[in-house]
Amino acid sequence: MRYSGLRVIWEGLTGHKGWGPAWRDAEPQPAYDYLIVGGGGHGLATAYYLAKEFRQARIGVLEKGWIGGGNVGRNTTIIRSNYLLPGNAPFYEFAMKLWEGLEQDFNYNAMVSQRGVLNLCHTDAQRDAYTRRGNGMRLNGVDAELLDQAGVRAMYPWLNFDTARFPIKGGLLQRRGGTVRHDAVAWGYARGASARGVDIIQNCEVTGFRIEGGRVLGVETSRGYIGAGKVGVAVAGSSSRVMATAGIRLPIEAHVLQAFVSEGLKPMIDGVITYGAGHFYVSQSDKGGLVFGGDIDGYNSYAQRGGLPVVEDVAEGGMSLMPNIGRVRMLRMWGGIMDMSMDGSPIIDRTEVDGLYFNGGWCYGGFKATPASGWCFAHLLATGAPHATATAYRFDRFRNGLMIDEKGMGAQPNLH
Amino acid sequence: MIIQHPLLGPRDMQEFVYLGDASLLARPDAMAAFANEGGAQDAFYQYLYLRNDPAGLHRELWFHEQGDRSWLVVTRDTVTHEILSVEMARDVALALRAEGRA
Repeated sequence: MRYSGLRVIWEGLTGHKGWGPAWRDAEPQPAYDYLIVGGGGHGLATAYYLAKEFRQARIGVLEKGWIGGGNVGRNTTIIRSNYLLPGNAPFYEFAMKLWEGLEQDFNYNAMVSQRGVLNLCHTDAQRDAYTRRGNGMRLNGVDAELLDQAGVRAMYPWLNFDTARFPIKGGLLQRRGGTVRHDAVAWGYARGASARGVDIIQNCEVTGFRIEGGRVLGVETSRGYIGAGKVGVAVAGSSSRVMATAGIRLPIEAHVLQAFVSEGLKPMIDGVITYGAGHFYVSQSDKGGLVFGGDIDGYNSYAQRGGLPVVEDVAEGGMSLMPNIGRVRMLRMWGGIMDMSMDGSPIIDRTEVDGLYFNGGWCYGGFKATPASGWCFAHLLATGAPHATATAYRFDRFRNGLMIDEKGMGAQPNLH
Repeated sequence: MIIQHPLLGPRDMQEFVYLGDASLLARPDAMAAFANEGGAQDAFYQYLYLRNDPAGLHRELWFHEQGDRSWLVVTRDTVTHEILSVEMARDVALALRAEGRA
């Protein structure tokens, strides 16, 4: 079934009796040509592009819970491509271009809203750094605009300009950045993949890999053994656990990141704002709630909940940037598990096991990358060669000293 | 989280800075590693970049920056955040050295 405005009107007039399920809940087959482990945004996008762009083949997606129940449903929905380094910038801009045509492409309303992402700066040094970043972005064909204080004031006059400990000096604005309805991304990709014959298998946890002679033959799951020609693992948050069953150690630590939503308010923030003097970023959802977050908790964790010190830290950041939220009540808070890599950048690469491929290490920036991650992983699975925009995301960059360290923190995952 | 400091008793985790896996105490011997296959480069690559990252018991280094500035080895469950034991990192490192592993 194709979704359209006409269809919505027709269904409205006929009692909404004609809508069917958006995708097929498949039973596992004995074997697939391509098996994707992980039914989150990245896994489903991989299956979608594999089926659509690269190869007509038997493709299965295995998800231990329900699709979209992991980090694609737990993030703060922001998309942007304001990266500086050559290994990152073309990849994230590729993702941004895919976001721009995504809804037409998979015929699903993902509510892609390019409402602008504004990074505030609070010192002269920070403004210099943002000037450099903005220039780097423009050299890579990404839009960037440096605002002075008056420019920021014109956009958000109620920010704390006058009495702040760290006064706002200006900001770097990417107008093409914005937000996307995160769950709809998973659902849209699932629907598109399913319509092209991909089997989406839920409640099917991968417990191990069958590897013989250095080659993967299939996966052991909670619903039995499934054979596979090639296996792609896209389970960020559980990467170390899953890959350990194949005997592979990763340059990754699992950390918990919290996010928050306030009660619904009248429209006040029409874009995304990040605070430069602390770790705080905020946008407003279409329902009116402020969606915000801050830093990771900073210690290894597989618990999908964080601690109160970070809640306090995020609230302090919010109050110092926008004191007018002082009496706003917090509605919900939750945690998600991040693959924190050793240089803060992701990995899309083959492994030392033949036929076993890995996609992970997304730190806390995986959502914005979803379309390009899926496309590049599908490219790698189908052709055996990395996509032109993802050539830097290799395992051996750590061994060879070719780190992509945007923050310059070194091999310290909890600081990226 | 409350960390039971072996010398100072219960201390709030906010007084600490987290470093990571306690295997960082067992730094490879660069000279010995030259004799091995793969050389020192491989030993240091594994030491610096690869992690077991278990879901469950994890031995990890915490630095009491806002306290007595001692390094601790904390054994903690990464699924429940429960802390099972706390040792002085110095004692752990000396024991490793006595065994010839660091």
